[in-house]
Amino acid sequence: MDPKERKMVEKLKAEGLSGDRERKILLELHFKGTHAFHEASVDTEEGGFCPQPGSVYAFNDLSSLQMLAPPLGPYTTCIRSIDELLERDKQREKDGFPRKIRVGRLVKPGKGGKDKIVVVPTTVEEKFIHDAIRKPGEGDGSSGGSGEGEEGEVIGEQPVRPEEGGSGEGPGQGEGGRHEMESNAYDLGRILSEKFELPNLKDKGKKRSLSRYTYDLTDKHRGFGQILDKKATLKKIVETNINLGNIPDLDDIDTTGFIISPYDKVYRILSREKDYESQAMVFFLRDYSGSMIGNATQLVVTQHVLIYSWLLYQYEKQVESRFILHDTEAKEVQDFYTYYNSQVAGGTKVASAFRLVNEIVDKENLARDYNIYVFHGTDGDDWDTGGKEAVPEIKKMLAYANRVGISIVQHAIGTETEVEKYLKKSGLPAEKPELIRLDTMGQDADEPRLIEGIKRLIS
Amino acid sequence: MELIDQHTKEIMEGCKERARAAGLRFHDETLEYIVTNRDLLDLSPKMMIPTLYDYWVHDVEVLREKGRYELYPSNPYETVINTSPAISYYNDNNPDWLNVMIFYHVLAHIDFFQNNLFFRHTWDYDFCGEALADKRLMARLRSEKGRWVDYIIEFARSIDNLVGYYGELAQLNSSPLALESKRLNFYFDVFLQQHKKAKISDYMKQIKKYNETVKEFGDQAEEIFFTEVEKEHPEFEALFKKSQEKRIEHRVDLLQFLLNNSHFLKKEENKWMKTIIQVIRKTSLFFQPQIRTKIMNEGWASYWHETLFLQDDRIQGHEVDFARVNAGVTAMPRVGLNPYALGMRLFYYIEELADKGKIDYSFERILDAEERNKYDKHTGKGRAFIFKVREDFCDFMFINRFFDQDFMTRHKLFVAGRRLDQTRMVWQYYVKSRKLEDYRQMLLDSLYHPPHITVDLEKAGGDGILYLVHHFEGKPLVKQFIKNTMIGVEYLWGKKVQLETSEIVPSAKKAQNTLTSLFPQPREEVEEEEEIKWERVLYTMENRKLTRKVIKE
Repeated sequence: MDPKERKMVEKLKAEGLSGDRERKILLELHFKGTHAFHEASVDTEEGGFCPQPGSVYAFNDLSSLQMLAPPLGPYTTCIRSIDELLERDKQREKDGFPRKIRVGRLVKPGKGGKDKIVVVPTTVEEKFIHDAIRKPGEGDGSSGGSGEGEEGEVIGEQPVRPEEGGSGEGPGQGEGGRHEMESNAYDLGRILSEKFELPNLKDKGKKRSLSRYTYDLTDKHRGFGQILDKKATLKKIVETNINLGNIPDLDDIDTTGFIISPYDKVYRILSREKDYESQAMVFFLRDYSGSMIGNATQLVVTQHVLIYSWLLYQYEKQVESRFILHDTEAKEVQDFYTYYNSQVAGGTKVASAFRLVNEIVDKENLARDYNIYVFHGTDGDDWDTGGKEAVPEIKKMLAYANRVGISIVQHAIGTETEVEKYLKKSGLPAEKPELIRLDTMGQDADEPRLIEGIKRLIS
Repeated sequence: MELIDQHTKEIMEGCKERARAAGLRFHDETLEYIVTNRDLLDLSPKMMIPTLYDYWVHDVEVLREKGRYELYPSNPYETVINTSPAISYYNDNNPDWLNVMIFYHVLAHIDFFQNNLFFRHTWDYDFCGEALADKRLMARLRSEKGRWVDYIIEFARSIDNLVGYYGELAQLNSSPLALESKRLNFYFDVFLQQHKKAKISDYMKQIKKYNETVKEFGDQAEEIFFTEVEKEHPEFEALFKKSQEKRIEHRVDLLQFLLNNSHFLKKEENKWMKTIIQVIRKTSLFFQPQIRTKIMNEGWASYWHETLFLQDDRIQGHEVDFARVNAGVTAMPRVGLNPYALGMRLFYYIEELADKGKIDYSFERILDAEERNKYDKHTGKGRAFIFKVREDFCDFMFINRFFDQDFMTRHKLFVAGRRLDQTRMVWQYYVKSRKLEDYRQMLLDSLYHPPHITVDLEKAGGDGILYLVHHFEGKPLVKQFIKNTMIGVEYLWGKKVQLETSEIVPSAKKAQNTLTSLFPQPREEVEEEEEIKWERVLYTMENRKLTRKVIKE
């Protein structure tokens, strides 16, 4: 256990805790699992460890013998058919069957540690199959091994929180993964784009935009160019011919007698335009504490993928994103790839993340130039009883933020979580519905529910 | 997809000659194709069968969840498929020496497909051809019925892992004894013993009586004997008939049961659905043996590519290249399970045992380690024995029978565990156990095993309910899949469907007990207290609504 966290708990205890809360906190502290989703489980062929036994089936001739990587397809083909798929999904609902397409599912194929992340529409064929049960004391799965070593001897270790650029992610490979992520997220965003729009967008800070240009065929040029502007050209020709006296009678124009000067032709050419769109900065905050077990992590990440994808598409160059993970402490990570990938840590202090956002905004003086949006995902557990630390931070944030969206994944349906409790008590969501939104969902939420949630957060 | 060039084909033919000389048996014709990334993209969702029917899910699932091998009975990236002629796929820039190695590997796979008895039901037809016919059939139906074809495919596929594969195999390999009178068997085996609870002396008397009748009347004996029985037990005939019906229903799998008994599918307008269900069932049956022989099949292929490659005179100068690739494929990983490495070593080990005459009761009886080591009868029958093993065994039998302490010791095997070190925040990999039982159990647990679910006619009562029983084998079903799977079954059945299964009782109390202190006790002590409690649960699907209740037994 992290000594710092231990101290924190002791302090909390000294302040007095209800039995239920204490149990929750301890459970979180002693949590020994991972939050890895099925898809994202580390499953590399080269001496990798498959947490679920059954890895014998992960081997195949094409990759082992012929070193053929599993095909990485042009996902654009999937994207092209996504409209059709969604249409099919809608039809399913009409026919009385549950929807089946999942958008924004993260898949992570990889060989030799070069994991990649892509966003593709996907589905699962549901069948009656056995679930793996973790027998008490079995730790985290087991697999085969060979070589020296006494029983109980540790033969290797692997950091839980890989530092940036750390193990298994060399600079070159990491970049590739990131790029893949971005380009596919962009495609996904297309699907969502019609549905949402950033709320409360204000005209702010054009300072940075000044250096940015868009190109359009707006400039006119006589004599040559890219596209002939017929209307303008015709006008010129008429003008020339009037000057030449070629149009004696305005009611009876004989165009065959027109003389056309090369200079009469008016063309449109590309022009560089200054971009005056207002700009936005979006903060993604994710709770990756020990209590985020089960579907909670997956739901939060998926929802953030959806928001992120949509932003990338809709506001392509104008939205900047920052990513923050927190347990009892918050840290900023450099990109969505890491944000999505990091898993498991200790206790929960929601306030830490908000505080970090406030610090960043303050330090970089962002509030003046940017529309600021904050999205936070959590399971609603917080060691900070009553929100003594969190609520002031949120209040501070609301002074500059255009919208704060908090999504909570409840472990047990119907029971109000700590975060919900103190938020409601603070009265903020009711007071300033324009600025702060709360979306609470169950562990079993599906994609349509997530998208519904996004609407709620940004509408 | 295009065929390999003549030069490469010639290499393949050379490999075939040498493989045959070594004792492998396979059909003459094979087809080898060069595949590109694009081809693989199309092929992998179809389990590498180019002619498999189209299904929209295949287009979506470009990348499937890797860990969930239970959902798909076949590897999506197989190099060689079990059709006739067998088809295999190659990278277009393999050097010749590497092709030699892969060809041997592929030939051993083909030998395995065409000789292992678990593939018996795939020998009589070409799956590729049948699949093409099915694909056209589906396409035609789709043009008539539209999206409903895809619903039926989906619902049928949702239970296609429950096909009665072993039942199907049993029928193919049934002994002629099964032809003897069922009535007679029922009378002596069930009726007298279970219904009448006859005493041994009475039972013997009946046997004697029957034998005498046979002596006296010959062929007509049975008829005459049962007229007598009818007089004495008028209820016999009815009981016999009932038992026969029940037996048939008990043996068919869920898909077949729906085909035979669903009133919904019997309706004139729904008959076309049956053809689809049959196709799905047949396809699933075709893939079943693949996943049940993964370790053996890969082990067998690795054994032969290694053996034959080293003897091949055409590859001189590439021994080092070969060694590198081969080591990559067949080295024992420090942590993890590699079917190539494990299977190959087991085959070598079994060959050695048989060579020394150690597969023998007289050897088993020796307890002295030194003597066991020295034991060698020089039988020279090792090769022949492993050929026999590749014919008769599947993964489970292979491991259960041959995986022993000597093998474990030789290869220094252990069960590896992974745990979290909280203070340093690292995953630790450690040697969890070096016990034979633990390793074998870990291995057996990792093998493919679909749930055993049967139709229970008695519990269903008479109101047309379909009552499914999931027989408890220490594992629950994946909960979030139950609902949609049952929606499909309900649709195909046309009425209420129930599923009885076992689930873990959540024990909140236990968690509380173990976590009252900040400094937990050493883990071992905590573990002993925790014990999984099971309960029997009944799911009911009616009008696409799922309800759940706990049932007391």
